[in-house]
Amino acid sequence: MNSLSRRRFLKISSATIATAAVIAGSAKTFVKSADKINEKNVKGIKKIPTYCDLCFWKCGVMAYVKDGKLWKVEGHPDDPLSNGRLCPRGTGGVGAHYDPDRLRTPLIRKSLRGEEKWVEVTWGEAFDYIAEKMIKIKNEYGPESMALFSHGVGGTFFKHLIRAYGCPNETAPSFAQCRGPRETAFELTFGDIVGSPERTDIQNSDCLVLIGSHLGENMHNTQVQEFSRAVEKGTSIIVVDPRFSVAASKAKYYLPIKPGTDLALLLAWMSVIVNEKLYDVDYVKNYGFGFEAFAAEVSQYTPEWAYIETGIDPNIIRETAREMVRYKPATLVHPGRHATWYGDDAQRERAIALLNALLGSWGRKGGFYIPYSYSIPKYKYPPYPEEQRKPVHNPDNKYPFANAEQISTGIREATISGKPYPIKGWMIYGTNLLQALPNRDETIQAIQNLDLMVVVDVVPSEIAGWADVVLPESVYLERYDDLNTSPFRESFVGLRQPVVEEPNDQKPNWWMAKKLGEKLGLAEYFPWNDIEEYLDARLKSAELSLDELKEKGIIKGPEQPIYFDDGLEPVFWTPSGKIEFYSPQLAEAGFDPVPKYTKHPEPPAGYFRLLYGRAPVHTFSKTQSNPLLHDLMSVNELWVNADIADMYGLKQGQKIKLKNTDGVISDEIKIKATERIRPDCVYMVHGFGQKSRQLRSTYKKGASDAELITKYKTDPLMGGTGMNVNFVTFEMEV
Amino acid sequence: MPRYGMVIDTKKCVGCNDCIVACKTENSVPIGYNRDWIVTESFGKFPDINMEIRTERCNHCSETPCVSCCPTGASHIHDVGGVVLIDHHKCIGCKACVEACPYDARFIHPDGYADKCTFCIHRVEKGENPACVDVCPTYCMHFGDLDDPNSEVSKLLNSRKYHVLIPDAGTQPNIFYLV
Repeated sequence: MNSLSRRRFLKISSATIATAAVIAGSAKTFVKSADKINEKNVKGIKKIPTYCDLCFWKCGVMAYVKDGKLWKVEGHPDDPLSNGRLCPRGTGGVGAHYDPDRLRTPLIRKSLRGEEKWVEVTWGEAFDYIAEKMIKIKNEYGPESMALFSHGVGGTFFKHLIRAYGCPNETAPSFAQCRGPRETAFELTFGDIVGSPERTDIQNSDCLVLIGSHLGENMHNTQVQEFSRAVEKGTSIIVVDPRFSVAASKAKYYLPIKPGTDLALLLAWMSVIVNEKLYDVDYVKNYGFGFEAFAAEVSQYTPEWAYIETGIDPNIIRETAREMVRYKPATLVHPGRHATWYGDDAQRERAIALLNALLGSWGRKGGFYIPYSYSIPKYKYPPYPEEQRKPVHNPDNKYPFANAEQISTGIREATISGKPYPIKGWMIYGTNLLQALPNRDETIQAIQNLDLMVVVDVVPSEIAGWADVVLPESVYLERYDDLNTSPFRESFVGLRQPVVEEPNDQKPNWWMAKKLGEKLGLAEYFPWNDIEEYLDARLKSAELSLDELKEKGIIKGPEQPIYFDDGLEPVFWTPSGKIEFYSPQLAEAGFDPVPKYTKHPEPPAGYFRLLYGRAPVHTFSKTQSNPLLHDLMSVNELWVNADIADMYGLKQGQKIKLKNTDGVISDEIKIKATERIRPDCVYMVHGFGQKSRQLRSTYKKGASDAELITKYKTDPLMGGTGMNVNFVTFEMEV
Repeated sequence: MPRYGMVIDTKKCVGCNDCIVACKTENSVPIGYNRDWIVTESFGKFPDINMEIRTERCNHCSETPCVSCCPTGASHIHDVGGVVLIDHHKCIGCKACVEACPYDARFIHPDGYADKCTFCIHRVEKGENPACVDVCPTYCMHFGDLDDPNSEVSKLLNSRKYHVLIPDAGTQPNIFYLV
């Protein structure tokens, strides 16, 4: 018999997984895990539905367990986000379970913060330590003197815990270091945020404009699938980027813009559309507010003026503006996601919102659809203690358009200054603040003021190295979490449920929050015995059941109209009830009611603007140690324009360091000399150059953009931190 | 008798590596080895650049230097679909096939035998697609019978321009790249 039979493959696979663990250098951990799970020794293949946690997109997953061991994960066929196809990170999700560098047991610090010296303790000892400090903080400073930084659905029960304790300070870097400027701008303009997943109708767009948004490298699953559909159907794609991105290679127009001048291009596009009266006249008339004042302001920004700022040919500016108009309202000017670039980001995003408004694309097919969430009532807890002091992140409402997600860097600032009141404890769930926040020194300075710092994570991240107590969490394939009811074209509810057991003493977040709550005397806030009881109660209140969802993984709601043209009533939750071309809210707060251009400093001679972005196989700095994903990309490279590389004598693959204008020097990074980037900037993928010694596979691999981001420019509207404002030069002596 | 092949749309591929990860988990390919890989080629001077992104693997050629050079008969053409396979029991790890393959598609598995893409024949024989085809978030990969004029792959080749890799090698590869 010549063919490789299925049985033969099974045999090979069990052998190779063991090999993998040995190569990765932690046979001990792996064997322990395999033994534990092998006790069950269930023969055959089992398929269990759950949802992904490799990023925040939360795609539905079908996990395969073969002979009691985790084998592979695929997209859940009924999942509207993944359509049965995960992205490379999601497909590599099994590597999270098998990661040899995972945290295994609770740890308490035994030397100075950041030295990564630990005593392994029991869960009881860890909770006693944390509870004692938290009670002391409450007694000495008040319960408000704690803060929670939390990223992802797994933070739900810690948010609940911190509120029950009486603390209002709860944030994530996803606002002030990411989506914040966009959400603020769209709320100011249309009265609603873009949200996550983005309500962008890419698959139906006839013209798609991407400004610095590198779909394809940025693997937000649904968006990339829709992008591919758009490419297939011949959508006219316009890409604006200092770097010739993957998306640029699919575009009809590539505009190689000078970094930091996007707002000039947006204003010029709007001036063409306004001056030539090419906008959607009925849409603007029916739904617009303050159009005359807006038109008067933007009409001055001619393509010839913008050419000097952006370097983009005025004829191309006119041509691309008319291209957008040609396909309106099915023209989507994508608002991007990571929008904290230059400190005037909310105004740039407002210009994007206004350009979409001119094209009539909000609420229209091929533009921005109106999403739905599956309505499931919250669990009925006792009311939280009354707030004695306001959240600390934004004293005197300095940033009037920050929203309820709170400004992470504002909490950091308060922790450093002790004003308006001291912050003495940080609890950090699933976010590596050393890579997420700009200016590492400020983060470390804040940490020095703390009486307690707790990190909950699955791997010993860099921020975990600075903690007093580290709590090892089960990975998503080993735990329940709260339900996923993300807003989308159709409403749905997704369940995360355990597929395999934890290999060591890791525990799920809900269990930690409940146990810690009980130690803190907050047992009344955790009336359920386990999360299954909690989930079933929530589901029953929506006439569903946990048993049903465990079986199906995903349940969809009814189809509903998602476009104004399908009879959906256009509603804008702005003060005027209309799309605010001119924003009285901004005028009142002393800001430009119509965006104006801000000129940003350019790099000094011999320096280059540092730009950063995403690779399809990694999420932030979270996935670099996942053996499957590490195998595909273990290190980042420095993109340097080929002529610049020649001028400096930089060879392909040569290792250099980077120095920024504050004298900070990076770890070594390899040169990628390429024609695919402008000569005035350099680019690297974010999340590398990690400094956690316990994360052995990633330690000092590549360079960290975050380490070089010592300067940041704060957005006066909403407190976001613009981070594309750092300049670097090459340090040849390595 | 079908002739299995792949048609890959380079216009849609974003080079995300998902095909590689899916292959690794489906076939338990050891860490440090891949049966498929991504090639990105760009031409021109900034900003006037053309770029092609491709996912590559064994081409399951119709003319097979890897089979004819094998001293033990381990490297062979499967009786279904013309898929090129390796019998791990017969393979002595001599690397003749690794050298003979113009596409560098083969490697020596840590367990000592030559290894490469199988077109996921274990899935195909159950009526499924190869894992890489089914995972692709851009839907850029198509698998099917090249000898069936009504198959999706044949229709794509009839309607679009395409190229194969290293045609001069004379191997008659069965993976086609749409441009």
